[in-house]
Amino acid sequence: MQRILDLFSQDLSVINLGLEGFGDALTDQGVDVVQMDWRPPAGGDRDLMKILDQMEE
Amino acid sequence: MGEIEEANRKAMDILLQAKPVLKGIGVAGKDIPGMTKTTILHAGPPIEWERMCGPMRGAVMGALLYERMASSLEEAEELAASGDITYEPCHHHQTVGPMAGIVSASMPVWIVENETHGNRAYCTLNEGLGKVLRYGGLGDEVIQRLRWMEGTLAPALARALELHGDIDLRTLIAQALEMGDEGHNRNRAGTSLLIRTLAPHIASVAESPAVASEVLGFLAANDHFFLNLTMPAAKCSLDPIADIPGSTVVSAMSRNGTEFGIRVSGLGGRWFTAPAPEVDGLYFPGYTADDANPDIGDSVICETAGFGGFAMASAPAIVQFVGGSVDLAVNSTREMYEITLAEHPFYRVPVLDFRGTPTGIDVRRVVETMIPPVINTGIAHKDPGVGQVGAGLVKPPMTCFEDALRAFADERSS
Repeated sequence: MQRILDLFSQDLSVINLGLEGFGDALTDQGVDVVQMDWRPPAGGDRDLMKILDQMEE
Repeated sequence: MGEIEEANRKAMDILLQAKPVLKGIGVAGKDIPGMTKTTILHAGPPIEWERMCGPMRGAVMGALLYERMASSLEEAEELAASGDITYEPCHHHQTVGPMAGIVSASMPVWIVENETHGNRAYCTLNEGLGKVLRYGGLGDEVIQRLRWMEGTLAPALARALELHGDIDLRTLIAQALEMGDEGHNRNRAGTSLLIRTLAPHIASVAESPAVASEVLGFLAANDHFFLNLTMPAAKCSLDPIADIPGSTVVSAMSRNGTEFGIRVSGLGGRWFTAPAPEVDGLYFPGYTADDANPDIGDSVICETAGFGGFAMASAPAIVQFVGGSVDLAVNSTREMYEITLAEHPFYRVPVLDFRGTPTGIDVRRVVETMIPPVINTGIAHKDPGVGQVGAGLVKPPMTCFEDALRAFADERSS
């Protein structure tokens, strides 16, 4: 628990993955945020993701 | 190593070791396999007259006038729609054609051979920019230019080539990439290198100093002249991987102005098509996006072989022609490493510390990352008879790649 509290008592550098809104909220509070350019495989299409998994050998 | 990885390694070994060499100039009806007097080859996946876009129809009519099979536009249109003309994709005849890609029997063609594998590819000679047949341009000036190319330009170049001997296009393309070209929409360096190579021989073999001057003047006035050599160089490099069972490497991409199509090595000759996308670009004065035809031409064979848009970092000045920024040019090349299997051992990008160009599009990676191949291209007017109206960047429809991946999975499970 103490380690978590320590985390929030120091300057944060955050990597945000996914929705940019989470990162924006931190940026508004003066936190350094790097938005990672990430998308789910195959744009999140489950059928295509399954095909890609099956083709992984 | 799995079956797909092994097949892809085989495909990439073949593609990366390809050595395209210019052997000479022939005549389409005589040299291109399967051509007849009534065959007209076109760019892109198969399409019949009824579904052809405006610029392709214009180019077909122009070719019929050029061949003296019709004496007026009305006659040409009637013949084109009569069923007496056989329309087939250039790609089905070891050939590629920029924009409408129309090839008829009398047209002179470059003969390029992949010396590593012994296969050949063919392409017409480039007419220049603006009102030209490949953009669907019509009129006396277009037909007269084509006849001059057949009667004066091609014979002079053919004799000059005979005197010079074969030209190693792999080396020429590699040099051009190091001089600011990307080999598709910027060919200023490649054209200059070709002129430098042939000029002394053209001067020697031309019928008169006036003809030599005319021929050299035509080459010097056309920065895109080399495009019609980078395209068959790419085509003959890729054809040997056209049917490697188990390979997920894209072996062809092309557009007929109505549809965009791709072929995948492990799926042989099947085309996977979707409606041709709009081009995002810059327009010549007086034209806007409302005038533009959707994406068209076989020239995307360059990107398929690992240059063109994939080597855009080599050609920062191209953004003045196609739009965008220098950062866009560099980042476009960087992003293409995400969807390709190798770095080309001969085609290199100086600004990326001479890293090899991203080569060998893996249909799996395109679908997984949802990153479409980046393509540099010209823009044709949507109506027959006008010609080129701009140039820009285009992204192919993702459904082509998704459908190919599904077909690949179906084939493996059956």
